Amino acid sequence: MLEPIQKKRTAMCFNAFYSTFCKRVLGVLAVGLIIVASVSSNAVAELNIDITRGTVEPLPVAVAPFMGEQTEEISYGRSISDVVAADLERSGLFKPIDSNAFIQSPEDMNTLPRFGDWRIINAQALVQGRTQLVEDGRLRVEFRLWDVFAEQQLVGLAYFTVPENWRRVAHIIADAIYKRLTGEEGYFDTRIVYIAQQSETGSCKATTRLNPFGKRLSIMDQDGENRRYLTDGSSLVLTPRFSPSQQEITYMSYHGNVPRVYIFNIDSGHQEVVGDFPGMTFAPRFSHDGKTIIMSMAADGNSDIYTQNLQTREVAQLTKHSGIDTSPSFSPDGKFVVFNSDRGGSQQLYVMSSKGGSVRRISHDGGRYATPVWSPRGDMIAFTKMKGGRFFIGVMRADGSGERLLAEDFKIEAPTWAPNGRVLMFFRKERTNEDGSGGRSRLFTIDLTGHNEREVATMCDASDPAWSPIIP
Amino acid sequence: MRFKILGILAAVTLISACETAPEEDMASTGDGATTASTTAAATTAMVDPITPGSQRDLMVNVGDRVYFDYDRFDLNDISRATLEKQAAWMKQNSGVMVTLEGHCDERGTREYNLALGARRANSAKDYLVSLGVSASRINVSSYGEERPVAMGSNDAAYAQNRRAETVVR
Repeated sequence: MLEPIQKKRTAMCFNAFYSTFCKRVLGVLAVGLIIVASVSSNAVAELNIDITRGTVEPLPVAVAPFMGEQTEEISYGRSISDVVAADLERSGLFKPIDSNAFIQSPEDMNTLPRFGDWRIINAQALVQGRTQLVEDGRLRVEFRLWDVFAEQQLVGLAYFTVPENWRRVAHIIADAIYKRLTGEEGYFDTRIVYIAQQSETGSCKATTRLNPFGKRLSIMDQDGENRRYLTDGSSLVLTPRFSPSQQEITYMSYHGNVPRVYIFNIDSGHQEVVGDFPGMTFAPRFSHDGKTIIMSMAADGNSDIYTQNLQTREVAQLTKHSGIDTSPSFSPDGKFVVFNSDRGGSQQLYVMSSKGGSVRRISHDGGRYATPVWSPRGDMIAFTKMKGGRFFIGVMRADGSGERLLAEDFKIEAPTWAPNGRVLMFFRKERTNEDGSGGRSRLFTIDLTGHNEREVATMCDASDPAWSPIIP
Repeated sequence: MRFKILGILAAVTLISACETAPEEDMASTGDGATTASTTAAATTAMVDPITPGSQRDLMVNVGDRVYFDYDRFDLNDISRATLEKQAAWMKQNSGVMVTLEGHCDERGTREYNLALGARRANSAKDYLVSLGVSASRINVSSYGEERPVAMGSNDAAYAQNRRAETVVR
């Protein structure tokens, strides 16, 4: 697994390169590269991105191919720098400069960067790094982030990992850069659990009579890589959500043709029904401490919201109303639940106490509202909205004020928050033609500002995304 | 005229069979459907007689599904008439157990549609029970928008997909 380098090691001057540099800033390095970010406050002010603004001019950044000596090291180095650059680019906040424009070659970077060479190509920030296969077979990856104009190092970190883990290291490095330059936590070292299904071209075919679209529980990195199926397609599966521990997923399955909520353990592959309910259970989510599942149960045709404590098995009924109450989501502090209900005549968003009761409606701008999701910061609620035959993804403050619609289409649904609360993922389903063609279902991300919509490439059709917490 | 009606019935039977037939059977059923207008009417009836109390019996002679308006789960006159025939059929075939499956069109969110499908299935169940069918013979389930019978993002397809199907267990 991944081990952040020890402080003692970070204080070393790597392999005698940067020798002059080392002498100059040894004091800083000795404190530990991890906290280098807190020094050089003058430079901080110069190179900072305010990501709360509506549109941001992406910051030009040069990500130099990470150096290595052996062919294999060079290959890992290039791959890692490519992933770092791709992460930064997709955030919409950074514009990696084409490496063909680089003047200083990676081989030439054993010394301090020639900042003039990077200023000429207008790189505001420079990322350089080095990969090394050490004797025990592990991969050592170090990187430095430079403020090109201030000629200051902003971050310098090194990691040891098994070589197969190189992508994760790249995401962790991208997170460190993002955090240093935006002041916000990164979200690149995260995963997405989602439902993969047969695509129009017939690939990903796993259809059965009971699962006509071949829907399978699937997991991947947030950039769409490392995809793998968690279920074999024998049962229809829907609406997965991560537990805060990341090792468990709650979802709905029609296993045995009985629709119920399950928990799936990613490490063991073990699946277990949640509770023993007399009716269909659906729309499950974990509480933020991971100890409770909140979900709906339909009994005699009526759907209400229930919780089950996973340790004590204690069940509580939170709503008792003839309307449809579903799609519950806990506030991060665990005190409230937002859900959608048609109790007032049309589908709207309501907030109640996490013990049930004190129900108040928060959506008021017209149309139908669904799938509310409390943001990780607690201040916002994302939702799906239907109005005038169109679907929207939007956000509002937790009290229902300040509604903003971020995306609109024939059918878009099910927003999920990046753990830093800055980016949302959702799925978009196209129109289906009468011959069954069309109808593609795909995943997209969009910035909280409503800008920078990007597709997350998945080989199969995909829906029902759920973003993981930060990987511990 | 009589032949034409038979042809339509046969086509309905074949198409409906697709919905519940295992995947490996779909190709051959599909081939049959293409010739249904000429020869299938007679041969289907002879080769595969309808067993009383079977799903095909319900489908062909009674009607195995009722339809709903958008975002509604109340029964209209046509739906009630179909369910009245189903109730009579269930009394005739007293050993038959059924599952009522509720379905929706795609113009809703997935989870809400699961709940709406449950409401639709239950509406149909409640009416059958009010007509004297024992509740113990009826299961309910919901598939939300997961099992459309008609493809196409248009009103005609949506109308066919908003349904409660009675499925013999």
